[in-house]
Amino acid sequence: MCGIVGLFLKQPKLEPELGALLSQMLDIMCDRGPDSAGFAVYGAGSPGFVKLTLRGPAGTDFAALGAAIGHPVTARDTHGVLSVPAAEEAAVRAALARLAPEVRVVGAGARMELYKEVGLPADVARRFHLEAMSGTHAIGHTRMATESAVTTDGAHPFSTGPDQCLVHNGSLSNHAGVRRLLAREGLEVTSENDSEVAAAYLTYRMRGGDTLGQALEHSLGDLDGFYTFVVGTESGFGVLRDPIACKPAVMAETDDYVAFASEYRALAGLPGIETARVFEPEPAKVYFWDRAA
Amino acid sequence: MNLSLKSAGSTGEETFVDLAHTPLRELNGALHKLAADTNRTLWKIANPAGRHAIAAGLDVPVTIEIDGPVGYYCAGMNKQARIIVHGNAGVGVAENMMSGLVEVKGDASQAAGATAHGGLLVIDGNASARCGISMKGIDIVVKGGVGHMSAFMAQAGTLTVLGDAGEALGDSLYEAKLFVRGSVASLGADCVEKEMREEHKALLAAKLEAAGLLGEVDISEFRRYGSARTLYHFHVDNVSSY
Repeated sequence: MCGIVGLFLKQPKLEPELGALLSQMLDIMCDRGPDSAGFAVYGAGSPGFVKLTLRGPAGTDFAALGAAIGHPVTARDTHGVLSVPAAEEAAVRAALARLAPEVRVVGAGARMELYKEVGLPADVARRFHLEAMSGTHAIGHTRMATESAVTTDGAHPFSTGPDQCLVHNGSLSNHAGVRRLLAREGLEVTSENDSEVAAAYLTYRMRGGDTLGQALEHSLGDLDGFYTFVVGTESGFGVLRDPIACKPAVMAETDDYVAFASEYRALAGLPGIETARVFEPEPAKVYFWDRAA
Repeated sequence: MNLSLKSAGSTGEETFVDLAHTPLRELNGALHKLAADTNRTLWKIANPAGRHAIAAGLDVPVTIEIDGPVGYYCAGMNKQARIIVHGNAGVGVAENMMSGLVEVKGDASQAAGATAHGGLLVIDGNASARCGISMKGIDIVVKGGVGHMSAFMAQAGTLTVLGDAGEALGDSLYEAKLFVRGSVASLGADCVEKEMREEHKALLAAKLEAAGLLGEVDISEFRRYGSARTLYHFHVDNVSSY
């Protein structure tokens, strides 16, 4: 099954409430995916700096790690976020690998922070204090595992490029072939998860110059299987369903936001939902919003 | 019983239920306990908020008015009741309905009226994919369009679409009758356009009348689709079509 949610704000006024709104949407999707949960939030960034999201074993002392590498780390449960000058990113990654090999960089970008963990989605959101986060857009996922084990690595979202992440409801049938194609192109897919292949495929297309919209358009031809994707980039938000529309999807749009959910229930608490344009995204049609455009 | 949108309103007692405060199981439980001769014949439901299976499994001649969007399987298995949704409906509205009337004032998601044996389902907006899949006697009237694979393996009943139909309409169709006013993106396996004879115009007129649309649309604008009846029984020459 799985549940996916996304919220893309068109105006700044709801930005302080982004995390609270997404948290409430994730809570309601618990019963579509009680195994694990994750979310990516596009928050504040500083020009010339890269935000790294770290994930370590329970009990990781992120404050000590930050002191050791000379950049403070904001700890949130098993995750930590630090901001480093772009020019120092490679050196910081090398230092992290040397000082704390058990800690991994799970997300990087100008604005994206990415959190995921095994457990009931409502608990996962609370552990990371999602309700207090602000930003322009966010996507989230509640997982009922089918294609790979219930692990943190198998939880969504998957990030395979800077500020890029994807959540998926469905299962891909040609992920092994696409995985080989991506390996030839130098894109390593680290987990056994089919959804990570989809994320890496989009990264591959965007690296070649596609916009998110164009990359989604190409995936209609190259990815086979059941899917509803919700994708985030630094300034963009995209949605795509397979041509058979196997997996549920409903969207709501107002002057203030575009929201996505697997079921309407997750949208019911959004401000102004009574007068929003509520619609079911059409199969095989790329939906794409960009704040910069 | 011959229900239509023009049925007289209830003269019985009105019950108001706010789902923001009353658990859905309590509401459905109360509806299931109603006796056939109940005086509580009008129920108004507030704050459905997309909850699933609202007013499913009724078997009494009461009217349920739901003020807002509903989730999956609203009015599923309905017998006798009139259920009106003032909002959109999720997957499988009125699925397996046996009799009665369900009206959705907004759009309906996938598989509206799936497998239903009887009654009338009226959708004021659009219905998405697989509307009327495996229908077995229900009459469905959609004022907008329907998505792909609508009336898949439809066995009996009628599907009337005032707008357009998506791809593979009526795939592997049995004896349901399909009337479409707009365009059809493509016909499914064994579904063909058929002549609209007087008996079919009369049938369509009756369904439009039940939906309160008689005189509002021109019957001559509709085209009829039905089964070519070549896939009923297994034949090795058809193996690629199954």
